[in-house]
Amino acid sequence: MRESTIMKIHYGTAIAAVALVAVHILMRLTQGFAESLEFESVLANYKFVPYAIMLELILILLSIHGFNGLRVVLLELKQGRIYEKAVSYGCLAAMIGLITYGSRTIIVVNMGLV
Amino acid sequence: MAQVSIIADEQTSLSSSKSITLRISRYNPKHDDSSIFTEFIIPYEKWTTVLDAILEVKKYFDHSVAVRYSCRQASCGSCGMMINGKPRLACFTKISELNSNVITVEPMNNFPIIRDLAVKFERMFESHHKIKPYLIRDDTELESDAKEFLQSPKEVEQYIQFANCIKCGLCNSACPTMATDSSFVGPQALAQAYRYVADSRDKGKDSRLKIIDESHGIWRCHFAGSCSQVCPKGVDPAMGIQLLRGYLLGFRS
Repeated sequence: MRESTIMKIHYGTAIAAVALVAVHILMRLTQGFAESLEFESVLANYKFVPYAIMLELILILLSIHGFNGLRVVLLELKQGRIYEKAVSYGCLAAMIGLITYGSRTIIVVNMGLV
Repeated sequence: MAQVSIIADEQTSLSSSKSITLRISRYNPKHDDSSIFTEFIIPYEKWTTVLDAILEVKKYFDHSVAVRYSCRQASCGSCGMMINGKPRLACFTKISELNSNVITVEPMNNFPIIRDLAVKFERMFESHHKIKPYLIRDDTELESDAKEFLQSPKEVEQYIQFANCIKCGLCNSACPTMATDSSFVGPQALAQAYRYVADSRDKGKDSRLKIIDESHGIWRCHFAGSCSQVCPKGVDPAMGIQLLRGYLLGFRS
C-alpha cells in the first residue's frame, strides 16, 4: 500500500476516534463515574447493540491508528529491509490480535457466556 | 572533547582592537576515536566572517585544518558548518553578529565527516538526484514553435523561492528526522521536489510524487521547522513539504 494511503487512514482514524471517544465520554457522564464502572452497568453497555458497535469501532480505529503510529516510530528508529518488513507485519499482526481480543469480550457478553 | 590545545600567544600582526577565541573541532575518522577542540585567538573587524577567521588560522597557525569553501559569498553552499551549535554558512556569518567572545565551529550534524569541518555530501546529492531535479516534458524549447515556455509572474511565484536552494545541506543538518532515519529523503530534496512539482512548465508531477511517497519519504517529516529556520537563502522547505503533502492528500492538484 502507498504510504500516502496509509497516512490518509492514519489521519482519518484519528479524527473519527476523537469524535467517537467524545460521544463515549458524554454517554458515561449520564451516569456517575463509579456507577458506570459497576459490573452490571458494563455488561448492560455491551448488550446495548448500538453502543457495543460504537465501542467496537473505537477499538478498531484506535488499534489502526496506534499500531501505525508505532510502526512509524520503529521505522524511524532503525532501518533495514528485513527489520522494516518485520516491523510492518508485526504491527499488522498485533493490531489484528488486539481487535480480535477486544471483540471477543463483546461477543462473549452478547452470547450470554458471562 | 578529549584534548584542548591553546595557541594564545601567536596572534597575527593584523591591527585589531578586538579578538575572539575560535574553537575548531578536529577529527580524522581514519585514526581518531573522537573529536577534540583546538583553540585560537583571532583578531577581527566588524566585517570579519567566521570563514575569514578559519582561513586566518590556516594561514598563520595551522594549515592542516580541513574546511571546504569556494565562493565566499553564500552562493556555492560549500562552507556549511555548526557555528555555536547552529548550522550556518561560515562565509555568511559575521563574527560580530554572534555576540560571543568564543566561537565554536564543528562539522554539520547528520553528515559523515571527511576530516575536521569537511563533510561528505554524497547522501544529500543522491536524494537530490532521486527526485529528478529538472523539468520533465516531452517537447523542448528548441523544438517548440513558441520557443519559450512562458510563465506568468503568478506561476513563477509558486516556486521561485525554492529555486534559491544552493544545496549547502544546512536544512538536512538541522532536521531531527535526518538524525535518526538514515533512509529519510531529507528537507533539501523534498523542497526541490516541490520546486519542480509547482513549476507550470513541468509535466513530471506524478512520477516525482510517487518517488517521495514511500516509507522514508515525505511522511516522515514531523514539521519541526528547523530546516526553514537555518536556510541562509530564505527557502522554506517546511512549507514546501506541507504543500507537497497537499498534493498527496488530494487538497491540491
